[in-house]
Amino acid sequence: MSKRNSWLNRCLTPKTSLPAQVIWSASGLAWVLLIGLWASLSYGGVVPAMFLPTPGAVFDAAMRLARDGTLGPHVWASVEVVMVGFVISSVVAVPIGLMMGSFRVVQAFLEPLVNFIRYLPVTSFVPLFILWIGIGLEQRVSIIIFGVFFQQLVMIADVSKGISKDLINASYTLGSTRRDAVLHVIAPASLPGVLDTLRVTMGWAWTYLVVAELVAASSGLGYLSLKAMRGFQVDVIFLAIAVIGLLGLITDQLFRFLRLKVAAWAQ
Amino acid sequence: MTPVAATATPRLRVDNVTLQYKTPSGGTFTALDKVSFEVPDQQFAVLVGPSGCGKSSLLYLTAGLAEPTSGDIYVGGQQVDGPGADRGMVFQGYTLFPWLTVRKNIEFGLKRRGMPAAERKEIVEFYLNEVGLRRFADNYSKQLSGGMMQRVAIARALANDPQILLMDEPFGALDSQTRLQMQQLLLKVWEHSKKTVLFVTHDIDEAILLGDRIFVMGARPGRIKEVLDVPIGRPRNLDMVMDPEFIRMKRNIFHQLHDGPDDHAD
Repeated sequence: MSKRNSWLNRCLTPKTSLPAQVIWSASGLAWVLLIGLWASLSYGGVVPAMFLPTPGAVFDAAMRLARDGTLGPHVWASVEVVMVGFVISSVVAVPIGLMMGSFRVVQAFLEPLVNFIRYLPVTSFVPLFILWIGIGLEQRVSIIIFGVFFQQLVMIADVSKGISKDLINASYTLGSTRRDAVLHVIAPASLPGVLDTLRVTMGWAWTYLVVAELVAASSGLGYLSLKAMRGFQVDVIFLAIAVIGLLGLITDQLFRFLRLKVAAWAQ
Repeated sequence: MTPVAATATPRLRVDNVTLQYKTPSGGTFTALDKVSFEVPDQQFAVLVGPSGCGKSSLLYLTAGLAEPTSGDIYVGGQQVDGPGADRGMVFQGYTLFPWLTVRKNIEFGLKRRGMPAAERKEIVEFYLNEVGLRRFADNYSKQLSGGMMQRVAIARALANDPQILLMDEPFGALDSQTRLQMQQLLLKVWEHSKKTVLFVTHDIDEAILLGDRIFVMGARPGRIKEVLDVPIGRPRNLDMVMDPEFIRMKRNIFHQLHDGPDDHAD
C-alpha cells in the first residue's frame, strides 16, 4: 500500500476527507477522554466529592429528581423561556436584518444604534429589568431577547449584504419588481445564512437564560443549580449543567437537520 | 437593405448616449461618448472592443440597470426607463438562482408574470430541449458545469420572449472547447428564434461567427469606430472560421482594434 492511502497519513493532511469510522471514532474518543478524566479524578479521590461528584452520583441525582418529579418541570420552565425569547427575537430580527443588509437607508438608520447597544453587557441590564418587569417569565424572556436580538440583527444584515448584486439584476431583467427581488431573490438566497445565524445565536440564548435564572427565578435549570449550591448538592449542579448541554446539542442538531432539509441546494 | 426594412422602427435605437463617472480623484471619466446606433428586428448585432471601451456599459444601459448621463435608448419604440422583462439578459458571471432547479430557473420570469402553470410547463419543456438540458431539469446549479449554467441562463432569458436579448460576454468564463460548443448551440437556437440580439465580446472570432453586424468600439472615450456587415451567409457553422472572407474580416477587425490611435493613447 502506498503511504498516500494510509488513513493515518490522511488524518495528518489538511482538508482531506476521511472514512466514516475514523470520524465517528474521533468524535467518540473526545467523550471517552472527558468522562474518563472525570471518572478518574472523582473515583480516584483526587478531587473531594464535595467539589467534584462521581459520574455515578450525577446519574443517581438524575434518577432521583426524575422520579420525584422535580426535574421535568425545571427543564420545561427553561425550555419555555428560551423558546419564547428566541422565537420573538428571531421573528423580528430576520426581516429587519434582511432589510438592513439590503436597503442602505435602513442600514444608516439602524446600524450605529444597534452597534452601540450590541456592546452593552446584557448582565448589567438584569437589575433594571427586574425593577421594570419583576421576576416573572417576562423578565427572563426579556433578558434573552436583549442578549440575542441585536447580535442576530447584525449577523443577518451581513448575510443579506453578501448576496450578489448580479442575482438581483438578473431577476430585474426577468421582470421582477423590487418587491419580487426582496421576496424571491434576497429572502431565499439568505435562507442558509439565516439558519446558520439562528443556530449560533440559539447557543447564546441558553447562556443568557442561565444568567437570568441565576439572578431571579423560582424554576428552571439555573434556579435548580443555584438552589443545589446552597445545599452543597454538587451532583445536582452537574446534572443541571449536563442537561443544558444536552438540550443545546439537540437544538443544534435540529437546526443542522432543518438546514439540510430546506436549504439542501447550499450544502 | 430593402426600403421596407429601412423605414420600419428599429428594434433597438441608441441615440447620442453619453455615460460619465466621477473618478475618486475628482475628475470625470467618459465611458461612452455620444454613441448612436440602431439594430433592426431579427438582427444579431455584436459589440466588439478592448476592455474599457464601454461595451458592457452599453448593455447595462439598454437593460435599464444603469442610466446614461445624457441621450436616450429606445427598444421597440419605447424609451428605456428601468429594467424590464422585454430586455432579457445573459450575464458574464453565473447568475442562476442556486435555490431553484434548472426548470424553476427557466420558469422564473414566467411566474413573475403570473402565467398559468400549464402554459409555463410547455414553454419550459421547449427551452429545456432547445438547450439540451432535459435530463438535468431537476438539478440544482451546483450540480452543473459552467457551460450548462450558461445554457440555462440563455433558456431562462428566451423563455420570457423578450424584444431583445442582451448578452454580456456570456462565454467569457468558459474553456475554449466548451466555448465552441456554446457558440454552435447559440447559432442553432438563434436560427429557431431569430431573436434580435445585442452581444458583447472581445473575441473577434466569436463576433464574426455569430454576428450579422459588428460594431467595433474604441476606448478613451468609449465610442463606435466602425460598423461592419458580416458577408457570411446563414446558417453558420464552426468550419466557417477558416473561410477566406472570415479571415479577411478578422484581419480587418484585428487592425481596427490594435493599430488605431488608441495604442498611442495607452
